[in-house]
Amino acid sequence: MTNAQIERNTLSDGLATLGAVIAAIVGVAIGLNSPDAAMSFHGFVFAASAIVAGLYVMLWADKSAPQPTPGTDIAYLDGPIRFATLASIFWGIAGFLVGDIIAWQLAFPVLNLDMPWTSFGRLRPLHTSAVIFAFGGNVLLATSLYVVQRTSHARLPGRWSPWFIVYGYNVFILIAGTGYLLGVTQSKEYAEPEWYADLWLTIVWVVYLLVFLGTLMKRRESHIYVANWFYLAFIVTIAMLHIVNNLALPISIWEPKSYIIYAGVQDAMTQWWYGHNAVGFFLTAGFLGIMYYFIPKRVERPVYSYRLSIVHFWTLIFLYIWAGPHHLHYTALPDWAQTLGMTFSIILWMPSWGGMINGLMTLSGAWDKLRTDPVVRLLVVSVAFYGMSTFEGPLMSIKAVNSLSHYTDWTIGHVHSGALGWVAMVSFGAIYCLVPWLWNRRALYSIKLVEWHFWVSTIGIVLYITAMWVSGIMQGLMWRAYDRLGILSYSFVETVEAMHPYYIIRAVGGLLFVIGSLIMAYNVWRTIRGDEPVDAKDQPRVAAAPGLRLQPAE
Amino acid sequence: MSKHHEIDEATGVSTTGHVWDGDLKELNKPLPRWWLYTMYACTVWAIGYWILYPAWPTVNGYTKGMLGYSQRETVMREVQDGRKAQESFRKELAATPMADVRKKPEVLRFANAIGAAAFGTNCAPCHGRGAQGFSGYPNLNDDDWIWGGTIDDIHKTISFGIRGEHADSRAGEMPKFGIDKLLEPAQINDTAEYVLSMSKKSNDAAAAGRGSKVYAENCAACHGEKGEGNKELGAPNLADAIWLYGSRKDDVIMSIATGRGGKMPAWSGRLDDVTVKALAVYVHNLGGGK
Repeated sequence: MTNAQIERNTLSDGLATLGAVIAAIVGVAIGLNSPDAAMSFHGFVFAASAIVAGLYVMLWADKSAPQPTPGTDIAYLDGPIRFATLASIFWGIAGFLVGDIIAWQLAFPVLNLDMPWTSFGRLRPLHTSAVIFAFGGNVLLATSLYVVQRTSHARLPGRWSPWFIVYGYNVFILIAGTGYLLGVTQSKEYAEPEWYADLWLTIVWVVYLLVFLGTLMKRRESHIYVANWFYLAFIVTIAMLHIVNNLALPISIWEPKSYIIYAGVQDAMTQWWYGHNAVGFFLTAGFLGIMYYFIPKRVERPVYSYRLSIVHFWTLIFLYIWAGPHHLHYTALPDWAQTLGMTFSIILWMPSWGGMINGLMTLSGAWDKLRTDPVVRLLVVSVAFYGMSTFEGPLMSIKAVNSLSHYTDWTIGHVHSGALGWVAMVSFGAIYCLVPWLWNRRALYSIKLVEWHFWVSTIGIVLYITAMWVSGIMQGLMWRAYDRLGILSYSFVETVEAMHPYYIIRAVGGLLFVIGSLIMAYNVWRTIRGDEPVDAKDQPRVAAAPGLRLQPAE
Repeated sequence: MSKHHEIDEATGVSTTGHVWDGDLKELNKPLPRWWLYTMYACTVWAIGYWILYPAWPTVNGYTKGMLGYSQRETVMREVQDGRKAQESFRKELAATPMADVRKKPEVLRFANAIGAAAFGTNCAPCHGRGAQGFSGYPNLNDDDWIWGGTIDDIHKTISFGIRGEHADSRAGEMPKFGIDKLLEPAQINDTAEYVLSMSKKSNDAAAAGRGSKVYAENCAACHGEKGEGNKELGAPNLADAIWLYGSRKDDVIMSIATGRGGKMPAWSGRLDDVTVKALAVYVHNLGGGK
């Protein structure tokens, strides 16, 4: 290293340590001053996290000059990506498991155990946040930081800021998740964390945006690859949504309780503008970014249509932002807002499908890989589920359909065909690609286990979705049945009774999904540990890390 | 980076010439026509919908649409229609004296219909959808009534509730013989044996014999010498085979020790008078009414 580099590194280490010290002081101050036990606990958790980070920077971090990544001419910064990949697997299993527990609670309420911490009301946000933000969020962090470096041919800027993003994000998850269990919530769906956790996430997210933009600015390719458009749209829009929806006034800086600045239907509208675009930009745009890198990379085929990617990208991000009001059909929301929400959802159908077409048709000339490579199958089936749920979504946004589907299990089924079928499956595919690449392995430990994971979770998803379709449509029909005098034909308890068998089927489907994720964790652990792959000959050459790949036969 | 527009072998289409990360390329395919035209069709449909329905906000209002649709007016109309359809029936039910409801088939049928719907929503969570009851919540199909089974008794119970806050609520507290240490544990055990012996369920004649004395001093005033119960006080019959809190000895001991004191809310004020009346008719008509 040159002297200038050493000086710069010393300065970054100093600044990072200073940041950790300030964070530790803030955490201890909250811990000592807050009269609220949960917030005080969070203060100490935050301080402890900051101290660990500070010690890492000062004592344990590798201070040598970065070496070029094997198989490339650039020293990519992959440590934070490895961290986020492992975090995504950990949180994924936790989130799926809690989801299955609450599915059994719905079938058998006694499993609530009569304790506040184990009740459905607290575990449900724990499940949704764990799968969306902890699992999905870490997958997005890992893949976006990987993809932006490779397709920009540039290392992430900053010595500690990429580490700060992944570490800080997971500290946010820890504070949000333990908060739910302790009863800290602002009761906004998918935006439950209270103001202090929100503020922390805002800081992390702004650094994420800067690091991502910085990499794009340093890029040594003249064009920005399509996956990065989607990642950037995701990062920018989530920042906007998060800040606007969480504008709140705490009752004191030492108290967790806060009041949101919107009232009545304005609050509902802001919440669902946020909620729907969390789906649109977190779970759709972000994961389309994954799709656009990992499918062409894994099947070694060009993206089907550059033009389609441009048109569907811009139409998708222009239209999605309007669709939120379809969550508030037949409520106090004015008619005109409902109309706009519904009609824009319908126009959104094709822009969503543009991604599906580009994903599926990229296999042109390589369809045989669906048969031979279960990782490709995970990726492609995820796109099929994406197509299915982005058709179902506009359908359910039509007011006449919504009057049947709204508030029923159909919605839950719809969400899970998107969440399990699309988001989780594309994530699994990406993780199976990333692990050998990041840990420089010749192949996955076992492709056979990937096959098992694929089938077990696919069967789980099908059980889940079909059970919820039947249960939801039945529930909706029972609710709306009345005679010519306007007398209801069924009571609420009868609908609950009728749904019981489907709740059990759903919980069994969820259990299969959990088992699938455990198979993945085992496979990933054996791969990282460096165990000799048992079936390397059955894996495509791209399964290997770039430096260990055989050249394609010309 | 190459600017070379190569032809992709598998599809015969040229690439855009950009390459990322070694091998990522894009084909120069046009937009699929069906995709584009479907998007146009959806857009045209949306514009049509905006012309017909309330759609765009303006400076001081919003575009009303050609159909003059209003969700609020629609729902108000539907509610009015429902009310109108029921109006004459409701009036007649309100005007008919309780005792005469059974004599008018039309009124009875209507009362049973809205009674059943109201029961499903308000009563079924505790008493069960078939009024079969659960432990602590009486079965309403049989003719064993704690507070009386005439239609007026039932009407009063539903209207004002049991051991609740309403001034006219059914009242009658059984002492907490165990919690308040009014009886020794051994005495409670003996009394339970005696109570069980009334319906020939006791296995310990000696204990039952000792319990009879305790019963006579502490229980008979309300439950009666022979355990026949007292509907004025809501003291259940102890000599029959029907048990509100279970017939195991432990259940009976628990009842004596805690006094139970199950509650039911008052429904007058929560539900309109005609609905409460219909509920009384419905419950009375379930089979056990006197």
